Amino acid sequence: MTDKTKAIAGLAVFVILVTYPFWSVLGSATAASAPELELPEGEDNCVEETQFMTANHMDLLNQWRNAVVRDGEREYISASGERHVMSLTGTCMGCHSNRDAFCTRCHDYSNVSPACWDCHVEPEGN
Amino acid sequence: MGVNRRDFLKEAGSAALGVGCGLPLLGTACSAVSQEPHGAESSARQWAMVVDVEKCRSEEVRRVCTEACHVAHNVPAIPDPAEEIKWIWVEQYENVFPDQVHNKTAAFIRQTPVLVLCNHCDNPPCVRVCPTQATWKRDSDGIVMMDMHRCIGCRYCMAACPYGSRSFNWGDPREYIPTDENGRFPTDYPTRSKGVVEKCNFCAERLREGLQPACVEAVNQIPGGEGALTFGDLSDPESEVSRMLNETNTISRRVNLGTGPNVYYKV
Amino acid sequence: MLDTAFRGGRKYWILLGVWGLLILVGMAAYGRQLVEGLRITGMSQDVTWGLYIAQFTFLVGVAASAVMVVLPYYLHNYKAFGKMVILGEFLAISAVLMCMLFVFVDMGQPRRVLNVLLHPTLNSVMFWDFLVLGGYGIINFVVGAVTFDAERKGTPAPNWIKPLIYLSIPWAVSIHTVTAFLYSGLEARSFWMTAILAPRFLASAFASGPSLLIVLALILRKFTKFDPGKEAIQKLALIVTYAMVINVFFVGVELFSGLYSDMPHHVHAFEYLFVGLHGHAALTPWVWVGEALTVCCVVGLLIPNVRRQERYLAVLAVGVIIAIWIEKGVAMVVTGFIPSPLGRITEYAPTAPEIAITVGVYALGFFVLTVLYKIVVSVRERLEVI
Repeated sequence: MTDKTKAIAGLAVFVILVTYPFWSVLGSATAASAPELELPEGEDNCVEETQFMTANHMDLLNQWRNAVVRDGEREYISASGERHVMSLTGTCMGCHSNRDAFCTRCHDYSNVSPACWDCHVEPEGN
Repeated sequence: MGVNRRDFLKEAGSAALGVGCGLPLLGTACSAVSQEPHGAESSARQWAMVVDVEKCRSEEVRRVCTEACHVAHNVPAIPDPAEEIKWIWVEQYENVFPDQVHNKTAAFIRQTPVLVLCNHCDNPPCVRVCPTQATWKRDSDGIVMMDMHRCIGCRYCMAACPYGSRSFNWGDPREYIPTDENGRFPTDYPTRSKGVVEKCNFCAERLREGLQPACVEAVNQIPGGEGALTFGDLSDPESEVSRMLNETNTISRRVNLGTGPNVYYKV
Repeated sequence: MLDTAFRGGRKYWILLGVWGLLILVGMAAYGRQLVEGLRITGMSQDVTWGLYIAQFTFLVGVAASAVMVVLPYYLHNYKAFGKMVILGEFLAISAVLMCMLFVFVDMGQPRRVLNVLLHPTLNSVMFWDFLVLGGYGIINFVVGAVTFDAERKGTPAPNWIKPLIYLSIPWAVSIHTVTAFLYSGLEARSFWMTAILAPRFLASAFASGPSLLIVLALILRKFTKFDPGKEAIQKLALIVTYAMVINVFFVGVELFSGLYSDMPHHVHAFEYLFVGLHGHAALTPWVWVGEALTVCCVVGLLIPNVRRQERYLAVLAVGVIIAIWIEKGVAMVVTGFIPSPLGRITEYAPTAPEIAITVGVYALGFFVLTVLYKIVVSVRERLEVI
């Protein structure tokens, strides 16, 4: 085998391995569908607009964390002028009280495992 | 072929190194330059506590204080003393105030049980050494806080604390937090994860709601416990703690070290 | 040049295999530590730093000791160190790598290690230690690679490397000073809070590091055609001798201050080490062995006829390494925690997983060292054949 053959063979193996996630699901019976979220009853809006929250809730939570823990602040004023207490357990999970029916669905779909609930306790009425 | 293998590897390596170092360095420079906003709404306070050593002689008083705190904060009850977590606990007088006892001090004084906790010092050595500012002294109220999200678990603060006030989570604490019949924790105060350091936080979460710290509130409700712990703002000359410090004899721990503890003991 | 790392004889691959096996054992133990937490170590709420940080402290000294070859060669043109310098620089790289790994495996939340850089804290000595150690590793890597590459090509090294080499000299002193400052600024720990800690660290580093270099040079000469030269080895031996004498003097002055003043704060730590405190004496055998080794090695090294014979020198060098390792890697860190701030004595002994992780990190460092030294040896062999 010449060097050229070895190189091309190696490259081919690499390309096959690296594209595994794409070709391995071809032809399988179910394609992954968008997650279905159970929204809390009775509440129409979240702290911010849904689109904003979907894209930015992680940054918002980080911002809240720094404000509450590091700066001793309590209240958040949303874009629409509403006031909310900055609390994952109190405010966010006050409405989205069932982690499995809401948070976990998107997290599983996008394969992220945030460590929030290693420490933060879920409120009663799960 | 102009570029040989060595030169290619060198250039590719430098490029990767450059991008890998450059981006976080830029980020670090930006965060170092931008000021973190301070949350001081009103004039700066300094929370302080006065412990009445005589009243601590009552076992009930001591038990109520430690239990109230550990329940309010989901502190795990770990049986092995090498791993136990404690925010407020009891030590003997001769170990709390080693500079106050001499070789003729009577045994009943040496062995007096005294409640000890984080002193939320004016000049805290733990804050001085923390490499990530996971612990810092809050400008607004003088509490030496812990940011559990930032702590890297290096335990330098524990080496620096002259009072033994800090505890490290050697394992997952949730196994040892007493739960009720539904498996729920005592409160919804966030438990901590393994690998971070924790200590008394002067009940910052309660102070925020205008409440007294859990230990103070609990002990003042039991007979014989009123006044065992007094809590207040040192910067307010009318506060109860300021009055006690002006009118009674108080000592604090290891004064010669210059840490400036804000927990005082009425003797 | 790098391709020489991939071509070697049987002994080379067996050695790498041994290191590799030990690395795997260490990684398995570390995997368990990641899952269960640091409770699987022997550390406790009273003794919060143990084997890992002690090894880090010892190895920073070894890394800093490269300056003992760099300074004479580059600053004072001491030609005899010509072939030794690269060994010292590569040893420094391996030592720095091990230092950083030991700190990493000691962390409770290693995922967050970058927080030290993301939230720079200028008042924390640990932050500075991070920077100076990293910087030192980079400097030694660049200097070693560039100068050795120039040697391989037979050309003089580029001019821009000179200021970097000169920078590495005070930088080497700084890494061990900063590491000493981790300990010597803590008012809570009277055993550590002594101004002489930094000078002691440096003296013991300049004894243990060059000793390790002597041993490595002798091993290289035995198994390969690489010979740094008798004069270079003898000069290192002289450096070790002086450094050991100074180290013994420093220990002596510390003992004097502590014992003559008879202050409990100071006496307790020495009591614990040498005779035991309130019945706790886990470290006394180690300390006495270390002191005996120190005395024997100093005496041996001071006799020129003994020092000049390489078979005795090899034994003395190993003795020095063990003695200093006991001083820094066993005794110093743990004793700072005894007694605790509340007067309690909690002793410390490492657990099996802790030892496995430690061995794994050492193996990784020696793996890197073996590869780097292989490159040096192979390139030199080629040069000499021509």
